[in-house]
Amino acid sequence: MENIRNQTKNFFLRILNIPFAFLMHAIDLIMWPIQKIIGVRNMPYIFLLPNLIFFGLFVIIPLVANFFFSLSSGDELLFAERELPTTKQYDQLFDCESYLNPNTCTEDFFWRGVYNTIFFVVFQVGLMIFFSVLTAVILNKKIIGRGFFRSVFFFPVLLSPVVVGLIWQWILLKNGAFNAIIESYGGDKVSFLTDPSWAMASVIFVSIWAHMGFYTLIVLAGLQAIPPNLYEAAEMDGTSRERIFFRITLPLLMPNLLVVFILASIKGVQTFDEIYVLTGGGPGTSTSLIVQYIFTTGFASSGSVQNFGLAAAASMVLGVVLLFLTLMQLYFSRNKESKHQEI
Amino acid sequence: MSETASRIIKIATKKRYKNKYHWTDYFSYFYLFLGVLLMFGPVVWLGLSSLKTLAGIQEYPPTILPLSQIQVDVEGYDKPLPIFNVTQEDGSVKQLAQIKRIGINAKMVDPLNPGETVKVPIDKREKIREFKIQWENYVDPLRKYDFLLYFKNSTFITVVATIITLIINSMAAYALSIYEFRGKNFALVFVIGTLLIPLTIILVPVFYVVANFGMINSLWGVILPGAATPTGVFLLRQYMLTLPRELIEAARMDHASEWAIYWRVVLPLSIPAIAVLAIFSIMWRWNDFLWPLIVLSKSEVYTLQIGLNAFHGELTSQWNYVLSMTMVTLLPIAIIFAYLQKFITTGIASTGMK
Repeated sequence: MENIRNQTKNFFLRILNIPFAFLMHAIDLIMWPIQKIIGVRNMPYIFLLPNLIFFGLFVIIPLVANFFFSLSSGDELLFAERELPTTKQYDQLFDCESYLNPNTCTEDFFWRGVYNTIFFVVFQVGLMIFFSVLTAVILNKKIIGRGFFRSVFFFPVLLSPVVVGLIWQWILLKNGAFNAIIESYGGDKVSFLTDPSWAMASVIFVSIWAHMGFYTLIVLAGLQAIPPNLYEAAEMDGTSRERIFFRITLPLLMPNLLVVFILASIKGVQTFDEIYVLTGGGPGTSTSLIVQYIFTTGFASSGSVQNFGLAAAASMVLGVVLLFLTLMQLYFSRNKESKHQEI
Repeated sequence: MSETASRIIKIATKKRYKNKYHWTDYFSYFYLFLGVLLMFGPVVWLGLSSLKTLAGIQEYPPTILPLSQIQVDVEGYDKPLPIFNVTQEDGSVKQLAQIKRIGINAKMVDPLNPGETVKVPIDKREKIREFKIQWENYVDPLRKYDFLLYFKNSTFITVVATIITLIINSMAAYALSIYEFRGKNFALVFVIGTLLIPLTIILVPVFYVVANFGMINSLWGVILPGAATPTGVFLLRQYMLTLPRELIEAARMDHASEWAIYWRVVLPLSIPAIAVLAIFSIMWRWNDFLWPLIVLSKSEVYTLQIGLNAFHGELTSQWNYVLSMTMVTLLPIAIIFAYLQKFITTGIASTGMK
């Protein structure tokens, strides 16, 4: 039985291999003369080329172009038809009587986005770290069905933002499952998504639900890296479990938590899709973050014009924030030699 | 000597903790139970509800299983009427069909005797249910709406983008791991640099580049911008660095071209890392939302994610179709997860990427 299965598997792999091998042989017909001409020493450049072309076209050129977009005005996408140079976009973005009150700003939508993002990131990241540590510590214990529980907590990470948004929008409806549960325990119905103060809480909750598993996994890896003899020694000394947690686990976990903190902040600041599906940034602007502002001004302006310049200027502001967070990450990961330093 | 001593101590300490449950143990199981409900519940709930009729979905408070109310055709009424068990004044129970509800009373009719109507207080009636699975929820949207097309578009993007990503990323990783050449460090820094620039901060100019290539409203406009992934290059490079150099030298002795060394020696040996990248790429592409949302504005090029979102926007009340199509959207990823769970979690834990 096993043998037959292996044979069929090999058979299918071989069939899949045919077009692959054909393609590779065909490319070799081009690569071989190139190698003859430029020599083996220069071949790595050929191998690097396609990737670098893609990076150049879709990352480096856009990065430079972003400056031009943010420093030029007009409704056209083509550079030739844009007014250059001007700081109009930045003037407009930062035109506020008081930065603490978004209502006094010309671009009040942007500033509400900024404050919403700060609020969102503080609570989302804080709660996410708390719950991922709690979950990871529990999953690291000798419990029955550990593998099952791990996959349960990890599972939502793989769901697409649209799926997450739609599932929760439906559950949090006025006549949804959540309200049914609340009412069955004698509570009052809550408008989770249409009441401005509840909408933000719901959005934070859903976003934690969707991403917690990822950070739990990183914390779990950190927990498993703590040498077990430390625990044994502590147990022999009769240390209480609370003390073991605060004196051994938490301090040794700190480098990991720092990575989680920065990764979660970098992701949190850029949150867009789940919220876009869940509330669309509403009610009003109560759950719209910075990326939502960039998207709306640049690509989905209702009615009149798409303001590419303004969107580019706003993304420059976002870029500065992310640069700061990333430098922090590089600094700390160099210091602590943490294993997980990639985004 | 000391080993036996430590073993004795170990046994002694074990005994101290045995049979003694700490409060954290109780809390752990309570937390896990709650976690299963909260994490898994919504998806199970989605699956069950996607099999209900629209009326069953809109029912409040909702039923857990797809139990729908039985409806009958009554002579003289256009629509099928829902039937109830009605407790009558003498205590007997009779099946009546409801015509409409007026305040706390319901206007009802006996299906066997459609001539007369009776007024029944609503607390005297109880719904009659049957277990009924509404497969139409899955069939209708595929037939009436363009979901089959969206599915095809999503599959095309996922497959083609993953193939391109795997080929060009493994080529770059091969160059950066096997060779020593001038500018290698620069290339490495360059790749690290792109890691730090997420799409969200260069949305406008990437759109500009894609527009210049005429790829707006084309699936290629979604595929190409994200094809070169710095994380992919890194993952593959770290793996290729561990391959023995002797193999490559031996192949070179046999006059293999560099390209042949790449695809006949290095690629087959890097399959574990390539598989991890392939899974990630499939996940990224299938779930991608923001960029397709910007590039694709015509419904014939929508991906499943965009189509689902747009469909939901147009037909907010058609939750039965929205739920079933949400199921269809998450199913491929769920199947991949079920089979390759361990692969995915170790991949994330060892690279820290998502």
